[in-house]
Amino acid sequence: MPKTIIEKIWEQHVVYEEEGKPDLLYIDLHLLHEVTSPQAFEGLRLNGRSVRRPDLCFATMDHNVPTRNRNIITDPISRKQIKTLQENCEEFGVPLAGIDHPDQGIVHVIGPELGLTQPGKTIVCGDSHTSTHGAFGALAFGIGTSEVEHVLSTQTLWQSRPKTMEIRIDGELGFGVAAKDVILAIIAKFGIDVGTGHIVEYTGEAVRKLSMEERMTICNMSIEAGARAGLISPDETTVEYMKGRRHVPQGAAFEEAADRWRALASDPGAVYDTTLTIHADEISPFVTWGTNPSMGSGIAGTVPMLTDFDKEADREAVRKALAYMNLEEGVPLDSIEIQHVFIGSCTNARLADLRAASEIVKGRNVHPAVRAIVVPGSASVKRAAEEEGIDQIFLDAGFEWRETGCSMCLAMNEDAVPAGERCASTSNRNFEGRQGAGSMTHLVSPVMAAAAAVEGRLTDVRNYLKEPVPSA
Amino acid sequence: MQPINEIHSVMTPLDRQNVDTDQIISKEFLKRIERTGFGKYLFYHWRFRPDGSPDNDFVLNDPRYAGSDILVAQDNFGCGSSREHAPWAIQDYGFKAVIAPSFADIFYNNCVKNGLLPIRLPEEAVSELLEKGKREPYQLQISLEDQTVRGADGTVHSFEIDPYWKQMLLNGWDEISLTFQYEPHIEAYEKKTARA
Repeated sequence: MPKTIIEKIWEQHVVYEEEGKPDLLYIDLHLLHEVTSPQAFEGLRLNGRSVRRPDLCFATMDHNVPTRNRNIITDPISRKQIKTLQENCEEFGVPLAGIDHPDQGIVHVIGPELGLTQPGKTIVCGDSHTSTHGAFGALAFGIGTSEVEHVLSTQTLWQSRPKTMEIRIDGELGFGVAAKDVILAIIAKFGIDVGTGHIVEYTGEAVRKLSMEERMTICNMSIEAGARAGLISPDETTVEYMKGRRHVPQGAAFEEAADRWRALASDPGAVYDTTLTIHADEISPFVTWGTNPSMGSGIAGTVPMLTDFDKEADREAVRKALAYMNLEEGVPLDSIEIQHVFIGSCTNARLADLRAASEIVKGRNVHPAVRAIVVPGSASVKRAAEEEGIDQIFLDAGFEWRETGCSMCLAMNEDAVPAGERCASTSNRNFEGRQGAGSMTHLVSPVMAAAAAVEGRLTDVRNYLKEPVPSA
Repeated sequence: MQPINEIHSVMTPLDRQNVDTDQIISKEFLKRIERTGFGKYLFYHWRFRPDGSPDNDFVLNDPRYAGSDILVAQDNFGCGSSREHAPWAIQDYGFKAVIAPSFADIFYNNCVKNGLLPIRLPEEAVSELLEKGKREPYQLQISLEDQTVRGADGTVHSFEIDPYWKQMLLNGWDEISLTFQYEPHIEAYEKKTARA
């Protein structure tokens, strides 16, 4: 019987199964960071337990680290959290890319860069955006701290088999449409909880043409659609990306691995519990106007009218969102002025993202009313961007060029948007207060963020791009 | 983990959809390295105005619901981040159960692992509870053993829960200790897949 990649990976990782119980799944890679791990390590200590497979763990510091001056962490509680991770990794023998390490970066950026993330692996991390790694055809999902402790102790997790969902993106993406627009359009169309209880596989013509960076952006925001995980079957794009990465086998062993990876792809005719489709023609450069990622629309649209919604509960949610966002019904989205631009986060801070955004700002200036910052996704992305001169393009335009970290995506460090001010952000969540108490977030792609920085308001990036001449 | 079965308390009606973990526990409070002490920060930016004074319009500041063990909210409760600080904060504040039509997956797991009982009831049942609870303080009696929520007016709603999680919650078992019993299976798996 034809199988989905989800079923294949699942079956390869069942350690124990019994009727009436979840399956005991083996975990191939456990990524850790400073915010969701301290209580798990403390649990090990209290119970006299050890880390079963430190060689399958990898830790870094990202959520809390300063992006301006690396060595000055003013908040003593932040400092303690970072120091605690360092001590825990030393005590339990877990490999760590600490704050000054050349491999440091946002955990979901460095996993793929280092080749730790590989097709067919089960990958967990105490972070909901672990779904990012699904871009490689890995089964990757976020877990809580109790589960972090469970994986540290046993290298396994009890998991009930989730339902499978196919989201197929037909057709070819239009001019100026980014991967971010695809996932925002999917969430707006199908809803913020459409994926609850499911693992999503993204399929279709449009997906096959995406680069690994673009696939990561889409899989990253699977959790914003409520999905447990999101993944994409491996293909030659995947294999090509893996070549030569540090933790990937080399030579003949690589070819063997590549064959195994190709075989993971969902079989033709495999059946999903649910299939949803969206056509590329439905997707244009997107922005959110509300306080959850499903509250968005193409940039040519307007803030909705309350009368657009049939259910009173939905009207009430929109009423609350608009009150928080200080927006009137029916306002054109491209008239909304912004004061901050953030290009960064595990969604959109890879080299390809920064390169695309830099093309927009090249030779232009950040609007005088805007503070714009770029926070590269990893130390390696930062180095590569600097080698290409991308940092200088941003600096010349008036952007700040920062050290790597999660930064203004969740504003756990000092990078926050002040109350009452608006940010065009390439991050993943526009919840109330996400970027700082009272801050207002509009989620966009890197090129849309770059254009907004120049205009001082949300704007259609297609006006900044030269349409390619169609080939004969 | 404390065993949990019977809960008898007035319910707190939080009439909102998509309550996300950023609202439950805001990021500025995630820096602590302990599991305890998060209750005072629960729904911080809804409970308190920017000047730090309590917002009396928010349901948790309504004295009629003081000491409540049961939080009732609308669908997709706990969406967003995987932070276990969310159930820690809800529990530390004093709640023992959360009732909603649906929960985000990771949040649901995190509740179960901490002995905070997440109960899914049909949307109409939850709307009914919210209406009753908003009108006047409304007592609920939850039995995990029977999988029922009984209202003060005699209305009874049944709920589903995975039998494995039910046993864990009723007994307050430590899951890691249980999993250690499967060590031979884990070792065999590692040998078979050359992961040893």
